[in-house]
Amino acid sequence: MEDMLTLGQKTFSSRLLTGTGKFSSKSLIGPMLEASRSEMITVALRRVDPTAGNEDSILAHIPDSVTLLPNTSGARTANEAVRIARIAREAGCGEFIKIEVISDMQFLLPDNHETLKATEVLAKEGFTVLPYMMPDITVSRQLHDAGAAAVMPLGSPIGSNRGLEMRAMIRRIIDTSRLPVIVDAGIGKPSQAAEAMEMGADAVLVNTAIATAQDPVMAGEAFAMAVEAGRMAFLAELAGQHHAARASSPLTGFLRE
Amino acid sequence: MSFLELADQYQAFDFPGYFSGVTEHDVTTSLNRAGDMNRLGPTDLLNLLSPAAREFLEPMAQKARDITLQYFGRTIGLYAPMYISDFCANHCTYCGFNAVTDFPRTKLTLAEIEQEAKAIAGLGIRHILVLTGEAPAKTPIDYLEEAVSILTRYFSSVALEMFPMTEADYCWLNAAGADSLTVYQEVYNQKLYNEVHPKGPKSDYAFRLLTPERGARAGLRALNIGPLFGLGEPMSEAFMAGLHARYLEKEFPNVEVSLSLPRMTRAEGGIAPKHLLSDTGFVQTMLAWRLFMPRLGITVSTRESAGFRDRLIHLGATRFSAGSKTDVGGYTVRNPGAIDAAGTNPDTTVQFEITDTRSVGEITQMIRDSGYQPVFKDWEIF
Repeated sequence: MEDMLTLGQKTFSSRLLTGTGKFSSKSLIGPMLEASRSEMITVALRRVDPTAGNEDSILAHIPDSVTLLPNTSGARTANEAVRIARIAREAGCGEFIKIEVISDMQFLLPDNHETLKATEVLAKEGFTVLPYMMPDITVSRQLHDAGAAAVMPLGSPIGSNRGLEMRAMIRRIIDTSRLPVIVDAGIGKPSQAAEAMEMGADAVLVNTAIATAQDPVMAGEAFAMAVEAGRMAFLAELAGQHHAARASSPLTGFLRE
Repeated sequence: MSFLELADQYQAFDFPGYFSGVTEHDVTTSLNRAGDMNRLGPTDLLNLLSPAAREFLEPMAQKARDITLQYFGRTIGLYAPMYISDFCANHCTYCGFNAVTDFPRTKLTLAEIEQEAKAIAGLGIRHILVLTGEAPAKTPIDYLEEAVSILTRYFSSVALEMFPMTEADYCWLNAAGADSLTVYQEVYNQKLYNEVHPKGPKSDYAFRLLTPERGARAGLRALNIGPLFGLGEPMSEAFMAGLHARYLEKEFPNVEVSLSLPRMTRAEGGIAPKHLLSDTGFVQTMLAWRLFMPRLGITVSTRESAGFRDRLIHLGATRFSAGSKTDVGGYTVRNPGAIDAAGTNPDTTVQFEITDTRSVGEITQMIRDSGYQPVFKDWEIF
């Protein structure tokens, strides 16, 4: 059976989500999507200009086969995130929404409390809600109860390229979450993306590392390969892998005689 | 603690004494510490602004470029200014708009504001900076509120560069759709501040200094501050502005903080600048600020020449103005056809001379040619 990722009502064969920010030219987005085989891309509503000509519109550079994930970048409260999400829907950006409520502009760290409130409202309104969050298992459960379609814990601060500095917390979320876990932010190298996938993350979102590479198209392809390799390693249940709890031949079975 | 108390601690600081004692070792220690999410302290900023750091501009630039790329990507934001009134009750000794300068003052009607807005929006500009002199009797809050609400129909972001207001007034304008605030302290050295602002509402140093804080408390989401280089000793002013930006970043963690480097180049309305900031000093300041605050916005206006601005893209700048007119009604009302012409109409009074007279299209092309993406829209009024 094919290994698919399900988010809300949609299924995806790629487990690499990408972003539209920070590119030297919007014209790189199309080729990057092709090379990375990414099927979902996030776009900040604040950068979407419905009045812009085709060349200048970000949306014009994203093929119809790729699902848009508008995000609420710029929101500082749940209320602002909700308003941005509604504008995104009205602007024709679809039913998906990535909630970003930032309480710290310096490292773009999310406000879990406000994120949870926005998730409750938007899930009720029928959005497929993907909240960007600080890795906290309690909040992760609450987001599930509030109707989120996945959780997006940060690996490390956005744009920091530091990889999985929140490793231990993300592992706990993976182990306990009833929702798909998408590691978002801080992944700076394909090896870090592979690590997240090996740990059992369902997907990763990579923007800065691809967009600011000298060759973003090649970087997109490198990340695609790393994500696939990491996923395969997870499915292969490598020896010593954290989640491989069920040994096929019990070592202490004889004790039950 | 407000920034006033912090600024007070440095009013008597011996900047020349400190700067002259900085060694190459001090500079390299501070420089090596920068980046990778490390936080430089005030002493590091002083070291990077010192004469000793001039020998390290290239390594500073390399690191500043990498940090800017990491946090802002290959993008440059664009905006344009719109002057809607040049009535002013202030006596700034260095300003072409001051109360004693004799020229015919103007204030745009709401219809004229709309006409200018249409023309500027037609250039592709989506972020507007709206400016006035300081004459609340001529430009009362209800006029400004109506101006802002007109602008929200044409632009995605409306920034204010008017005069220091109360928190309540900023709340009004925020509710009308303004989201950002620019206010320059002009000079952080208080003694000098009092000398160049002898009369008028602007003579209140503390009220002006605390303006960004009032704006942030009123809900504005972005603050842009800076000294006017040419008034005080540049590097101590650069230090104080950096300290101010850091203070705001810490006090208001969900506000975007930017610094600008407006610099006087000649006697614009009265006195000749005592302390010209050289191109080297300009670049050193920008680099030191970037290393001190990785996520800091750095705005560069058309005061700077085309060739110089082109270089700044790689040195930490994040936002440019483009196609600017710095006289009231400069786009259409006073100068019909000005938008297609290279310069401003010589009959009008401009607040400062524009040296980068390129059109929005030309600046956009230059940004693309430099390997960067021009970003016209980076906000949504909601």
